[in-house]
Order: sequence, then structure tokens, then C-alpha cells
Amino acid sequence: MITVTNLHKWFGEDHILKGISTTFEKGKTSLVIGQSGSGKTVFMKCLLGLITPEEGTIDYDGKIYSELSSDQKRNLRQEMGMVFQGSALFDSMTVEGNVMFPLNMFTQQSNSEKEDRVNFVLNRVNLIDANHKYPAELSGGMQKRVAIARAIVMNPKYLFCDEPNSGLDPNTAIIIDNLIQEITQEYDIITVINSHDMNSVMEIGEKIVFLQNGSKAWEGTKEDIFKTDNEAVTRFVYSSELFKKVRQMYVEERT
Amino acid sequence: MTYLSAIGSYSIMVKEVFKKPTKWPIMKSLILKEIDELIFNSLGIIVFISLFIGGVVTIQTALNLENPLIPVSLIGFAPRQSVILEFAPTFTSIIMAGKVGSYITSSIGTMRVTEQIDALEVMGVNSLNYLVFPKIIAMLLYPFAVAIAMYMGILGGWMAGVWGNFTSSADFIEGLQLDFDPYHITYSFIKTLVFAFVIATVPSYHGYFMKGGALDVGKASTTSFVWTSVVIIILNFILTQLLLG
Ligand SMILES: Nc1ncnc2c1ncn2[C@@H]1O[C@H](COP(=O)(O)OP(=O)(O)O)[C@@H](O)[C@H]1O
Ligand SMILES: [Mg+2]
Repeated sequence: MITVTNLHKWFGEDHILKGISTTFEKGKTSLVIGQSGSGKTVFMKCLLGLITPEEGTIDYDGKIYSELSSDQKRNLRQEMGMVFQGSALFDSMTVEGNVMFPLNMFTQQSNSEKEDRVNFVLNRVNLIDANHKYPAELSGGMQKRVAIARAIVMNPKYLFCDEPNSGLDPNTAIIIDNLIQEITQEYDIITVINSHDMNSVMEIGEKIVFLQNGSKAWEGTKEDIFKTDNEAVTRFVYSSELFKKVRQMYVEERT
Repeated sequence: MTYLSAIGSYSIMVKEVFKKPTKWPIMKSLILKEIDELIFNSLGIIVFISLFIGGVVTIQTALNLENPLIPVSLIGFAPRQSVILEFAPTFTSIIMAGKVGSYITSSIGTMRVTEQIDALEVMGVNSLNYLVFPKIIAMLLYPFAVAIAMYMGILGGWMAGVWGNFTSSADFIEGLQLDFDPYHITYSFIKTLVFAFVIATVPSYHGYFMKGGALDVGKASTTSFVWTSVVIIILNFILTQLLLG
């Protein structure tokens, strides 16, 4: 379990994260949602240790990040996988090179073991026959698949995804969402996903944390989110006509 | 104040480059790639510029030699001194600050804005060691490039002097050997090594710590070129005072 307690982050004068506390559980896809600029990316980078918060603690299964030595921190990071918003693939390397990169850096495996592992994860994300292509030659959805493959190749205990389906068409977006959820359940990992997309919430939101202006305004499940009275949440959820209709039907059904 | 803090974060960066090294087989291939990119790919322009600079210095010396009391061998002496002391080490380094420096800033800067550096860090890779260390090692070969620049500069001088009928080959070579002080070569290579380190690290700093998007990568390259040149010029002054003064 990841336990976040009272997390604060300032950039100079700007108070970006204002005391966030929450937990993320194993085998579940937890969603951090909120408008653009609400602090989701900063929050996730704090979880990963890429940004150091001024106040608060993050506890990874009993290990408090800020109390670890820099070697211990790097070891903990090797248990984390991250899918960046723009995929962040190394554009000087092929698909295979990207996915094999962590294995090359941190394992003593033989070439054939590494290739087997790479082919296994690329298969898992349904990407075949692309091993020798460069990122620039792939579609957005394929790049996301490579990014996911690279993130899980080391068997992480923690998986972080920053807006994994931004820039994808709705169909591909749902496929990617479901892929992440399947992987989370299959390998029993702790998965945190940033999103501002209500479709994702409905597909895979087993736990939802709603951020507003850097504060946690609400948390619950996707079943709860339609029943809440929290005004900021309802405004976010029903920002699209489609969901307004869904809400209407839901209310009619109950009366 | 901002300059002081920039110098501070530059020093911290340099220290970080030498920590937690990348595995040797991987590092080896990175170094070879950088030698190719930074050194071999620059040789053409270095040869080209040196030949012409050497030629021009010779022609100008010859044209200004009207006093018959001054020996014609000065036509070989002048390009030797200026090429070895300044043109090969300093002028070439300014060119390299533009060519190699902007490549370094833009390649590292692009990795910064596309979050590839964050991706390295998340995996537990020391991104500074991974990106900057191979460039520093590759630039250790830079003195060889400067040696070529010296040779080409003098050759260019000889070609312009002899083929342009300003002097005979024998006079030119006599001038080349006149009062030769081997320490000047040492001085020149000490400067070169220092400049090599500057050319590898200052543009890296500008790329690594850049903020913004794709457009800002271009701006960062320009700023990086200005600062790399300024640092080279200032260090050139200080080192000349220390080593020759
Ligand atoms: N490195 C930084 N320096 C200063 N401000 C930042 C930095 N990163 C993010 N911010 C600010 O933090 C706020 C939250 O940003 P972000 O977490 O990226 O939002 P989201 O991911 O929810 O769209 C924004 O107002 C942004 O300008
Ligand atoms: Mg974001």
C-alpha cells in the first residue's frame, strides 16, 4: 500500500499541493482526477520522487521515501514503472531498445533471456512486429503500448500513468485503459492513473481521488461519484452533455 | 545573484555526473557514439577553417613586411606563433562551442521537454552520468583535433606563402623553427583540455536545466552558445596570465 500523508508542495510563492492525504491499494487501479492545472502531474512526480515535497510523507509498504538513503531511493525506484503523458520513449532507440533498456541497465540477464522478456511484454500489450521500428514511426496508441511495455518489463510493484489516454481516439483510449487495469490485476500491482477523462473513470475507476486547486476535494469509488453532493465533483463529472443525460436517467430510474 | 546560483547549480551538476556510474558495456557504446558525433564529425570544419586562417595570417604578415631590416623568415614565424598560441586552441573552441555546443544543448534539452530525462530518473538511472559523462570522455580526444588544427593552420600558411610567391619554402621553414619554445605547445594543450571540459559541460547544463517546450530548445541553444563562448574567452585570459605571464 502507498500511504500519502499531508503532502505540501510550493514552487516559489505558489502553493501547488495543499496537504493531500490518501492511500493506494494493491491490485487496484486508482484514479487521480481533476481539471487541467489542478496538480495531478506534480502530485504524481512527488510520488515518484522526481519532485521533492516540502512537507508530508509518502510510505511505500512501510518504507518512508524521504527517510531513505539515495541508494535505497534508487533501489525503490527500480520497483516503479511510469507511463508518461507524452510516452517519453527514447527516440534514438527502437521499440525493442526502449523496452530492453531497463533490463540492460539493471540486470545481468543473457541476450536471449532479455529478448524473451521483451517479446513477452510486447505481446502482453498486443504489439507485434514492431520490434525494430523507431518511436517516430509509430501511432500515438502504439507509442503508449511501448511505454506501458517498458514500464512493466522489470515487474514493478508500483505503476504510475500520467494521462495514459490523452491524445488518443476514444476507442484506443478505452483499450489502453483496460490494458492497464488487466495488468494491474494480473500482476497484483499498485497502479495510480492521472486522468481528466470521465470515460476512464467509468471504465477503470476502482478508487477515485478528486483534486481541485491542489487539494483533495473528494474521494470514493465510481459508484459513489454519481451520488455525491460535492459541487466541484458534480461540475467536473457533468461537464459533458453525455454525462448530464446519464445523470438524468439515473435520477429517473431511482424515482 | 542569479549568476552565483547558476555557478552553484553547475558545480553540483558536475559533481553528480561522476556519481553512480552507468554499467561499462553501455557506457562504452555511449562514449564511442559521442566520439563520432563530437570529434569526427567536427574534423571537416576544423581542417577547413584552420587552412584558411593560417593562409590569411601569412598573407597579412607578408604584406606588412616592408622594412628590409626585418628578415623574411618572419613570414613563417608569425603564423606559427598565432596558430599554436591562439587560433588552433581558442578560435577552434569558439567554433566548437557553436557546432558541438548547440548539438549538446538541443539533444539534452529535447530529452528534458519530452520527459525522457524524467523517464531515466524514474528507472533509477543517474541521468547526468548517462548523458554528460560520455561527452566529457569523448572531448578528451579534442586535443587531437586541435593538433590537427595546428598542423593545418601552418600548412595553410605555407601554401599561401609559397604558392603566393611571398616567400620561399626554405625561408618559411626557417621561420617556423625560429626561437621555438616547446612550452608553448604545452600551454596550448592545457588550454585545450580546459576548453574541452567547458564545451562538454556548459551546453549540457543549459540543456539539462531548461524549462518550457520545443520552442525553448532553440532559445536554450543560443543562450548556451553565448555563455560557452564567454566562459572560454574569460578562461583563455586567466590561463594565459597564469601560464605565460
Ligand atoms: N516545475 C514547475 N515550476 C513551477 N510551477 C509548476 C511546475 N510544474 C507545475 N507547476 C504548476 O503547478 C500547477 C499544477 O500543474 P500540473 O500538476 O501539471 O497540473 P495537471 O497535471 O493537473 O494538469 C500548474 O499551475 C503549474 O503551472
Ligand atoms: Mg498533467
